[in-house]
Amino acid sequence: MAVRNTFYQFHGFSRKILVSGSNRSRIMSACRYKTTDAQDHKYNPKSLIEGTHSLVDDDKPHFPGSWKSRYVDKLELIKPELHEGIPTYRVLNWDGDIVNPKEELKLGKDLILKMYKSMVKLHSMDDVMFNSQRQGRLSFYMTANGEEAIHIGSAAALDNEDEVYGQYREQGVLMWRGYTLDEFVDLCLGNEYGHGRGRTNPTLYGSKELHYITLSAPLSTEMPQAAGYAYALKRSGSKNCVVCFFGDGAASEGDAHAGFNFASTLEVPVIYICRNNGYAISTHSYEQYHGDGIAARASGYGICAIRVDGNDMLAVYNAIKAARDIALSESRPVIVEAMTYRLGHHSTSDDPTTYRTDEEAAYWGRHHPIDRCRKFITKKGWWSDEEEKTWYKETRQMIINSMDRAEKKLLPNPHEIFTDVYDELPERLKQQSESLQRHLKEYKDEYPDLTKFHME
Amino acid sequence: MATGVCAFRRLAFLSTKHRGFLNVSTKHRSCIFTRHSSGWNYLPQSPPEELGEATKMNLFQAVTNALDISLAADPTTIIFGEDVAFGGVFRCTVGLAEKYGKERVFNTPLCEQGIVGFGIGAASAGATAVAEIQFADYIFPAFDQIINEAAKFRYRSGNIFDCGKLTIRAPWGAVGHGALYHSQSPEAFFAHIPGIKVVIPRGPIQAKGLLLSCIRDQNPCIFFEPKILYRSALEQVPIKDYTLPLSEAEVLVEGNDVTLVAWGTQVHVLREVVNLAQEKLGVSCELIDLQTILPWDIDTVAKSVTKTGRLLVAHEAPLTSGFAAEIASTIQTECFLNLEAPIQRVCGWDTPFPHIFEPFYLPDKWRCLDAIKKMINY
Repeated sequence: MAVRNTFYQFHGFSRKILVSGSNRSRIMSACRYKTTDAQDHKYNPKSLIEGTHSLVDDDKPHFPGSWKSRYVDKLELIKPELHEGIPTYRVLNWDGDIVNPKEELKLGKDLILKMYKSMVKLHSMDDVMFNSQRQGRLSFYMTANGEEAIHIGSAAALDNEDEVYGQYREQGVLMWRGYTLDEFVDLCLGNEYGHGRGRTNPTLYGSKELHYITLSAPLSTEMPQAAGYAYALKRSGSKNCVVCFFGDGAASEGDAHAGFNFASTLEVPVIYICRNNGYAISTHSYEQYHGDGIAARASGYGICAIRVDGNDMLAVYNAIKAARDIALSESRPVIVEAMTYRLGHHSTSDDPTTYRTDEEAAYWGRHHPIDRCRKFITKKGWWSDEEEKTWYKETRQMIINSMDRAEKKLLPNPHEIFTDVYDELPERLKQQSESLQRHLKEYKDEYPDLTKFHME
Repeated sequence: MATGVCAFRRLAFLSTKHRGFLNVSTKHRSCIFTRHSSGWNYLPQSPPEELGEATKMNLFQAVTNALDISLAADPTTIIFGEDVAFGGVFRCTVGLAEKYGKERVFNTPLCEQGIVGFGIGAASAGATAVAEIQFADYIFPAFDQIINEAAKFRYRSGNIFDCGKLTIRAPWGAVGHGALYHSQSPEAFFAHIPGIKVVIPRGPIQAKGLLLSCIRDQNPCIFFEPKILYRSALEQVPIKDYTLPLSEAEVLVEGNDVTLVAWGTQVHVLREVVNLAQEKLGVSCELIDLQTILPWDIDTVAKSVTKTGRLLVAHEAPLTSGFAAEIASTIQTECFLNLEAPIQRVCGWDTPFPHIFEPFYLPDKWRCLDAIKKMINY
């Protein structure tokens, strides 16, 4: 009888998008990692999922490959286009009014204002850095224009020690946690103060203190890594989870599938946040997938999911908070698909006018997440146009000052080309470094830019 | 892939007892046996005395022993991959899940890019992560994770992050009947990647010591295990916890006329070549096991070639851009004036690894002897 009950729990479980803790914990007790039971320490593949591998002759399907099925005798193909899409959760409408009168704000005025001001600071930094690239002061930059609510809404809902794996357009999360404007600019310029030691591209930030793993350019590679990190965290008894950002384009990569499947089967606390901004450079989402976005893939992996209006800072906050609770209390991944629009260029190397209409960009420009939040806080009487003007000017000046300071700093010594390839400098690399130093000394007149580097 | 593995596993357990299983004629049976043994015998080594008490182990048992020691000594150690929980398709993880629990020795879904990606993440969180790839032939889906992520993790972060606690193990090399997808030696691909280490043992004593070194090394390591030696290499292996140094080649036989360099299985082929060369040509060979492919011990090889003036490098992997090319190019620079003859590379042909033609594909002792003749008569 107990075996059957566990089986039916699975059925009830599968119909909900967000599941209560009690159902999940009943299933958890039958799953692999219950370390309190000495019996579980014995490797016994037959008991992998108790109750679903019954070998009873009851005319029900007991295949090892599926544990939630039933027999039917009517042939019917499942056509996904006939099903409704996953709904999009929001708190505020486009005019900044709370839609559901029963909605209780989970965060107070102070936090909301802090979050709003962060969005503006982020926007200002992006704007100044983008223009700096156009002026030749910076080689490359990527803005998050239009996605500020995802950055700040999610960062504020997390614990500052939740480890973050980003893709490349989440600088607001770092900013929220305390990465200074100087640190952003130093890395982008590759000077000797930058974390990258002059090695990595602009925008590929990282910070050990702020629990933000250094970014890399290949897409979705962080997704199975996030599952591994979370596994180690779980084993260590940590109270934190891992957060992994990725875009709608990156979700097509094989590593995304690997990440989801590993996180699900190995039962780890990861929040996979998809910034679905409608484009992967010039590729519209409809050329990326024909299914119902990324949230719809979750149930295929046994992962729970929510789709949220990514332009609604309050909704993003609520969704991430709920996702985090589930991820940690039930030790399982959650997919949060934050729908938004990439208002800016893909990067400074891109020109969106070649692949999308001005009309489309203008439409989404009218529904900017920062504007929506400003309408909300202004109507609440927490913010004024005067404060808006002042803060906007102040943030722009802050980043301009950082740029000016950064440009005066030296670039690292070329010996940094060779260090940190391994934990210790191998003999061959030592010889190569010495060879380069000798060459630069002998031919220094041919390398006028050497004066910008910190040469001993 | 599953079918191939199943068929392979049946063949892998082939012994005189099981020949009847394949219902082959006597003529064919001796062919298979010859192919399986690839024309050389494994010469058991004596364990170093200073390492104390030893017991008989084959290569897969030596690997299990090393993993057992790692799991016992380091509570963060986790071992994962396809089929590792029940003991692994090559029995390298037998008993470990029972002893240390499913949380530490566990199966993953069938996805190499996931296995390595997961391992990188766990290692960067501070866990000692030992990932198993079922065959080196299947490591390629994980290539991006290894090259673009593992190898660059420390460098790109300015050393604030690293995944040095990651070790990737994979069965490697010819086995007698593996054909295209169960015989590959892909070390050359990885030798080209700064940031990782690539290590290949020649026998059980080295397997245990080098694997423990890789696990404890603070850089991501790839450890290739010659699968043909899993059962056939049997010797007394020290039971204690010991490591052998990485990036140090070992001179196994001293000689004056020709330097022979190889790694893994090929070391045993060259050991017989040393005897043949002495017998048939009166030539004294110096045999070196490179052991670590990246970063490799240039000094030991250069010192030897400075003495002998002749170098032969042999490997199963195809000739073009195989690792012998790197050795030849470097030694040519280091020892140019000492060379008496062009450096010889005796390798697999530039083809995929063929099935029935394996005896003609491999760089066997006769092809190696012939290369020595060319150098002596140059």
